[in-house]
Amino acid sequence: MRNILAIARRELHGYFSTPVAYVFIVIFLFLTGIFTFYIGGFYERNQADLDPFFRFHPWLYLFLIPAIAMRLWSEERKTGTIELLMTLPITVPEAVLGKFLAAWVFSGIALILTFPMWITANYLGEPDNTVIVAGYLGSFLMAGGFLAIGACISALTRNQVIAFVISVAVCFLFILSGFPLVLDFFQAWAPQALVDAVASLSFLTHFESLRKGVIDLRDLVYYAVLISFWLYANVVVIELKKAD
Amino acid sequence: MTEPAPHPAIEVRQLDKRFGAIHAVRNVSFTVRHGEVLGFLGPNGAGKSTTMKMIAGFLEPTAGTVLVNGHDVLEDPITVKSSIGYLPEGAPTYGEMTVLRFLNFVAEIRGLDGAERRQRVDHVVRQIHLEGVLHQTIETLSKGFKRRVGVAQCILHDPGVMIMDEPTDGLDPNQKHEVRSLIKEMAREKAIVISTHILEEVDAVCSRAIIIAAGQLLFDGTPIELRARSPDNDIDNAFRLLTTQFYQQHGEAAQS
Repeated sequence: MRNILAIARRELHGYFSTPVAYVFIVIFLFLTGIFTFYIGGFYERNQADLDPFFRFHPWLYLFLIPAIAMRLWSEERKTGTIELLMTLPITVPEAVLGKFLAAWVFSGIALILTFPMWITANYLGEPDNTVIVAGYLGSFLMAGGFLAIGACISALTRNQVIAFVISVAVCFLFILSGFPLVLDFFQAWAPQALVDAVASLSFLTHFESLRKGVIDLRDLVYYAVLISFWLYANVVVIELKKAD
Repeated sequence: MTEPAPHPAIEVRQLDKRFGAIHAVRNVSFTVRHGEVLGFLGPNGAGKSTTMKMIAGFLEPTAGTVLVNGHDVLEDPITVKSSIGYLPEGAPTYGEMTVLRFLNFVAEIRGLDGAERRQRVDHVVRQIHLEGVLHQTIETLSKGFKRRVGVAQCILHDPGVMIMDEPTDGLDPNQKHEVRSLIKEMAREKAIVISTHILEEVDAVCSRAIIIAAGQLLFDGTPIELRARSPDNDIDNAFRLLTTQFYQQHGEAAQS
C-alpha cells in the first residue's frame, strides 16, 4: 500500500509539474461547457437536470482520457526510468496500481471542477441531486474504465502518440458496441444472447442508467471487472516486456 | 555490517541471456565478496550492462541465476532489490522532479521515514555535493549533475551491495575523482560492482577486475594480474591484447 501511494503521489505530481494538467483541465471544462449549453440545449430543455452535461462525457473521454493515460508507461520506457522503477523494491502490480490511481484521481479532480454546472442547475431550478450524484459516479467509473485501457496500451509502446491513437481506437470500440451501428450488424444473424453480450460490453449501456440516476449493482460490477481486467493485462505486459 | 557475512555478497551462477538470435551473455559465473570493488570491463556490446541488469533484477536470465547475500534474485526479487543500490546505464531519473523530491521519492520506496529519511537524504546530498541544485528540476541540470543524482539515488539507503553501470561517464575530471574517492570510501564494508571503459579507474578503485567479450568471461583477477598480461605492464595494452586475441580466435561473428 505504501509503495502504491508513493508511486501515485509521484505520478500525480508529475501531471501538475508540466502544463499537461492545466491544459487538460481547461480544455475539459471548456468542452463540457460547450457541449452542455450549445449542443445539449441545457436552457432550451427547461429542465433542471444535468443530463445534457453527462450525455457527452463518453465522447469527451474518448479523446481526453487516452491523453492522460498515454504518458503513464510510454514515458518510462522512452526515458529509461522504467529500469530505475523496476529495480526499486516494488512489485509490478504495485507500480501498475499506483500509476492508475494517480491518473484516476487526476480525472476525478477535473470532474470535480465541473461543480459550477451543478450549482447552475441548482440555482435555476430544483434538480434531483441524487440523480446528479449517480451521474458523477457513473462518469468517474467510466473515466476509470477508459484509463485502465489507456494505461495498458501505454505499456505496449515507448511512443506516446502511438499509445494515444491505439487507445482512442480501442475505447471507441468499447463505446460503439452499444450502438445500433454495431448491434444492428449482429441483430441480423446472431442469437439475442450474443447481441446482448456485445451490448453489455459497452461503456454507454452501463453509463446510461447511472446517468439517469439508477445505481445498479450490475453496472458497478461491470466497471470493476473492466478496470481489473485491463490492469491485470497491464501487469502482464510489463512483466513480459520490461526492457523492450 | 562488520560481522562476517555467511554468503558472498553477489554470486553469479552460470548466467545466460539470449535476445532472440543474439546470445548476449554466455555462461558467466563469478562472485563478489564484501569489501571488494569489482571492475567490470569489456568492449561495447560485450554484455556488461545486460549482466548488471540481471543482477539488479531488471532482466530475467535465460538460464542460471544470481544470489545476493544468499537470496535468489528470481525467487525473492524484493529482498534482493532492497539490499542493492543500482545505478542503471545512463543514470535515468525523472526529469520533471526536483532533486529533493526525487530523492525523497526513492527514500520513501526504500522504506525510509521521518527523521531517518531526512538524515539519509541530507547525508547523501552533502556527500555528493547536491546542495546547490536541490530545488532545481533534474531535466535542467548538466550531464554531470544528472549522473550525480543517479549516484545519490543508488547509495541513498546505504546498501550493502552496489551495482553501478558507468558511474563516472559524463563527469569532468574533478567529479570523476570525487566519485572514485566516494566508491573507495564505501568499499571497506560493501560489495561494489562498477562497469567502466576507463582502465585507469580500475587501477584507482578496483580490487578485482573481470573482462567479458561477446558475453564470455575472459579474465578474472586483480588489476596487477591484469597488467601483467601485457609485456609492458600496461593495463590498457593488457585489455587490448586479451580482447583482440579473443576476437581473432572466435572471429568477428562473436562480436555481434
